[in-house]
Amino acid sequence: MCGIAGVIHRGNAVGVGQEMTAMLQSLKHRGPDSTGFAVYGVTKPDEYVMRLKLAEAEDFDTDYNIRDKIRDRQALVDNRLAELGAQTLEVEQPTPYAFRYRLKFSGDTKQLATDLEHIEGGEVLSFGNSLELIKDLGDATVVSKQYGLADFQGTHGIGHTRMATESDVDIRSAHPYWAYPYNDISVVHNGQITNYWIMRREMERLGHRFMSNCDSELLAVYTANNLEQGATLEDSLRASIKEIDGVFTYIVATDKELGMAKDTMAAKPMVLYESDDIVALASEEVAIRAIVPREIDTSDPYDEEVRVWQR
Amino acid sequence: MATLTRAAPSEQESKSHEMGMHTEQLTGRTQQVFFDIDLNEAHHGFSLPDTFDVDFNKRGEIDASNMEAKQVNARIREMMKEGYGTIVLKNPAAKHSLAVGILNRLNLIIEGSLGYFGCGLIDGPNIRINGRVGWSCGENMMSGSILIEKNAGSQFGAALRGGDLVCKGDVGSRTGIDMKGGNIIVGGDTGSFSGFMMQRGRMVICGNAGKNLGDSMYDGTIFLGGEPRSLGVDAIWSDMTDLDREWLERKLTKYDVMPKGGIGSFRKIVAGKQLWNYDNLEPTEKKLVL
Repeated sequence: MCGIAGVIHRGNAVGVGQEMTAMLQSLKHRGPDSTGFAVYGVTKPDEYVMRLKLAEAEDFDTDYNIRDKIRDRQALVDNRLAELGAQTLEVEQPTPYAFRYRLKFSGDTKQLATDLEHIEGGEVLSFGNSLELIKDLGDATVVSKQYGLADFQGTHGIGHTRMATESDVDIRSAHPYWAYPYNDISVVHNGQITNYWIMRREMERLGHRFMSNCDSELLAVYTANNLEQGATLEDSLRASIKEIDGVFTYIVATDKELGMAKDTMAAKPMVLYESDDIVALASEEVAIRAIVPREIDTSDPYDEEVRVWQR
Repeated sequence: MATLTRAAPSEQESKSHEMGMHTEQLTGRTQQVFFDIDLNEAHHGFSLPDTFDVDFNKRGEIDASNMEAKQVNARIREMMKEGYGTIVLKNPAAKHSLAVGILNRLNLIIEGSLGYFGCGLIDGPNIRINGRVGWSCGENMMSGSILIEKNAGSQFGAALRGGDLVCKGDVGSRTGIDMKGGNIIVGGDTGSFSGFMMQRGRMVICGNAGKNLGDSMYDGTIFLGGEPRSLGVDAIWSDMTDLDREWLERKLTKYDVMPKGGIGSFRKIVAGKQLWNYDNLEPTEKKLVL
């Protein structure tokens, strides 16, 4: 089933980490397997934030030496960052397997991400001037507390509660997905993509990489490919309705925008609230009520509808 | 050896078939007779077990702020048992599955919005909702009325069997999917596949409809005030009759959803019945051998 949600404030940064936590917690019943957040903080053009994991949570159940391995893998990460000329400003480790790096870097971000992902167990979850992507097993409150999202200030965010249907229950298959290797672009999805393997092979022939077997990752790669070809976010969303087959509703965020698309069958839900200050959208209205607790006018976007909002 | 035969249609059956409709075969208070539009509003025959004798002048309130849906529904039932005929439900906050399974006369006023599955499986109450409703509102409703002031989500009135389900705003996709009776009235627009596999009843859309309107409908009637993006398979335009106009005038006036163009803006859609296999006789060459 899955639940998706997004919020964008037209103006100053607010406690968007807390807002996304409240929205996703109210959608817990739509997917108890994992929860993920892509939140956008105050942009620092000369600084990057990289979210990285070096193992899966379940590795701790099966591998006695995993802590030592993670320590060795992190040393490799530090070496490669130094080799590529990245200056590490700060490192945090909210869980035994997840890391947050604050960096100064002026090189090729794709090269950096690819190099780090060649390290065993390595996956760059996000890389950007404002994007921070956090995902883990458990409900929104658990994940938010684990990663300290309550204090996160930002202008917008998207999130996901996952009911695993097309792939495994692990962090790798959890949403959101970063539109690798593009700065600050992330995707969450509710639905099933029926031409996943056809589209995936097409993307792989074009040189894109997939880290999971989750059909939702295709939307991130597909968006990245369209943007690489010069499309706007709205172009990409519109094209997806024609080219992606299945039942889906998804949300994409960039450093300045929030967009959504609904498939031709309109089989996956979305409720939308817009005011002068805020746009909030979610699979169910209860998620919007979690941050706008008064009577409001909401609507459901129709089939093949595409919307994009600016922060 | 015997062959299956069908009884000659009654005068009413013949008349309704000419208009692309036919009488319901249901019994009890869910029975709908298309040419007596007030019959289902008269609340006759509430004689099922567990129905309550209520006084419409006895009014009570429920504040749903700190209650689960199950508790709210249980409280409504308790209050009906205590004779309350008018209940005001405050702060529903888009919770799911509120006011489901009410099998009694009741005036229920909901001050706010409902989530999914609101007012499903009801038989008898008149419900007014000041906010909006989520997916599957009024699913399997049997009789009574639901009036929604704002918008509604998809599957609005799915498998509706009787009563009036009215939304003054826009509604989502698959409105009235598989409806088997009753009336759905939409003051604004509907999404795609409205009236999909509709079997009986009437649907009124004052605004525009999405693609595939009336797709694979077996029977029933759709009145459209605006434009459809497309008609579905086997849905065809038909001629409006004086009876249609009279019925529309009464219903739309009653619920105050008359479009600017008035009754004259409506056109009628029925099943072409090229795909019709529901209620059809077996082919005559198929004989039942005893």
